[in-house]
Amino acid sequence: MRLECAMIANLLITGLITSGGYALLAVGFSLIFGVARIVNLAHTAFYMLAAYFVFAFASRLGLPLPLSVILSIVAVTIIGVFSYKLVIDPIRGRETTILIVTIALAIIIQESMQLAFGTDATPALRLVSGFTKILGVRVFYRGLLAFGIASIVLLGTWGLLMRTRLGIAIRSTAQDREVANLMGINVARTGMITMAIAVALAAIAGAVVAPAAVPTMWISPLVTVLAIVILGGLGSIKGSFVGALILGFSETLVVLLAPEHSFLKEAVALTIMLVVILIRPQGLFGVSFEEER
Amino acid sequence: MSVITTYIGKAYKVFRGEVLVLPSRTAVFLFGLLLFLVPLMTAHPYYLSILTLAAIFAIFAASWDLLSGFTGQINFGHAIFFGVAVYAAALLNIYADLPPWLTIPLGALAAVLMGLIVGIPSLRLRGIYLAFATLAFPLILTGIILLIPGTGGTLGVSGIESVAPLSSSPVVEYYIAVSLMVGLGFAMWKITDSKTGLIFHAIREDEVTARASGINTTRYKLLAFSLSGFFAGIAGGLYVHHTGNAGPSTLALLLSFQAIIWAVFGGIATIYGPIAGVFILYPPMEYLRTAMPEYRMLAVAIIILLVMLFMPEGITTWVRDKIEKICPRCKLRNVATRKTCRVCTADLD
Repeated sequence: MRLECAMIANLLITGLITSGGYALLAVGFSLIFGVARIVNLAHTAFYMLAAYFVFAFASRLGLPLPLSVILSIVAVTIIGVFSYKLVIDPIRGRETTILIVTIALAIIIQESMQLAFGTDATPALRLVSGFTKILGVRVFYRGLLAFGIASIVLLGTWGLLMRTRLGIAIRSTAQDREVANLMGINVARTGMITMAIAVALAAIAGAVVAPAAVPTMWISPLVTVLAIVILGGLGSIKGSFVGALILGFSETLVVLLAPEHSFLKEAVALTIMLVVILIRPQGLFGVSFEEER
Repeated sequence: MSVITTYIGKAYKVFRGEVLVLPSRTAVFLFGLLLFLVPLMTAHPYYLSILTLAAIFAIFAASWDLLSGFTGQINFGHAIFFGVAVYAAALLNIYADLPPWLTIPLGALAAVLMGLIVGIPSLRLRGIYLAFATLAFPLILTGIILLIPGTGGTLGVSGIESVAPLSSSPVVEYYIAVSLMVGLGFAMWKITDSKTGLIFHAIREDEVTARASGINTTRYKLLAFSLSGFFAGIAGGLYVHHTGNAGPSTLALLLSFQAIIWAVFGGIATIYGPIAGVFILYPPMEYLRTAMPEYRMLAVAIIILLVMLFMPEGITTWVRDKIEKICPRCKLRNVATRKTCRVCTADLD
């Protein structure tokens, strides 16, 4: 009985931390899809890049860790906006071409990091160390901090989208690009700002939540993020939150219940996604894009 | 004797009227001819193996084009067809001792069945939702395969027993792969050129209108999925008998993405575009594996990025539009140097 209690507590805590990281990634992915109709397969590559930049600033340049986290988020955001302007925006509207350009972008980032830092994982840097016990479960402060930052940032994003003029511009561009343009919203600039927000969210996830940096660490989250945004409904921020919670918990559950079969977590997450969208083709909270011009 | 010369004359006339009349077709013909002459120039097993694999992947990339380029059902998990055929052929060969000429068609049959299964979501989903739904299938299957004992786990079946090769001679293997590529590529091109191909086009452009015109789009979408599965399945069967191993990498996300990269790089909705894409990208990539292993992925990714920025429609489409133009009246292609259409004599430009 005691064991079961500990297990449920473990599931709750680990699940929340995992979901927080996924939510950061999924919200950004969903935002940029909603506003600019861009399927940015390089999205999680920015997450990987941020993890590497933290390591580079802290270990190679010897900067203090909190400063290098902030610097890395800023640097990755700038790189993200530049790559949007230079390579993604010119081919906007060509669905299949965008796919391979963003894959190529992700591979370029992966290979550059591999050349600079090698194929092995970098040593994990911790903002805080130590652990505490909650309900008899060992919880690392690092995980709590990651969860706290993720929640604050997500709440901030929510507030930005719902309460500010910029948020209204972003949401209306996502709803109907042409009409938003007619209403005097600078659609191109909104797209760029959205890309900056999306990349910044991914960078925060990479700098704060990611454990250590490996060149290939973008592939597995990419699959999960795609599953989350489809599950929740493309372009829906609420859907991304809920999707991240569902898949974050299901992954944690698989790892907890069958540690020797933890490779199944991806398959389970994707099966959940398939079942949901076969029943509700637009995802849980998605709007139907059927009448799109 | 005169009968034979008459037939040769007629064949030449057809050849001149159908192939030599367009520079793109002439180029395809010369390329095919060149492929058959390669073993006369070099019999080095390494080079032949690279080209054999290129021919196999060309079938695979073209089958993606048949489904996603023509019908517009973007498939992010195209490796499912390849992987299913790879595992089916390998397991049939190891456990049932069937020879390659039986396991390859049976593997393709398994891929056709898989095409029907993967096609089911396409009946309800469209666009990007469908793309991500198809992404799930190979990854789910990977999980299942790793669970089942006797499939060799992450290392693949070669940990149990090696799969029988297509042939003991690399030259024969090369000829099998290349002739199948030419034959199947031509078959796919013929399909897309037929009435069925026209319906595939119609589904991509406007599915609702296609349905309103009395086309059973459900049936044609499933047909596209199973046809594509069939061709990709043959590629998978050839692959497993050429390399002698079936592992989870044949179901990996990277292979699905590679099919898209090859096809889009070459030019979608053409069939010959993806084949050209594979032959332009794959052999140099394999060559760079030994020449400069650290920079090879980076170099290839940068080249893909630049080519796609300047030729967003793909490389063959870009070249074709430079050397040929479409007749405004009858929509047939003509050499760019012509002043009037070769069929309806309407003024070009």
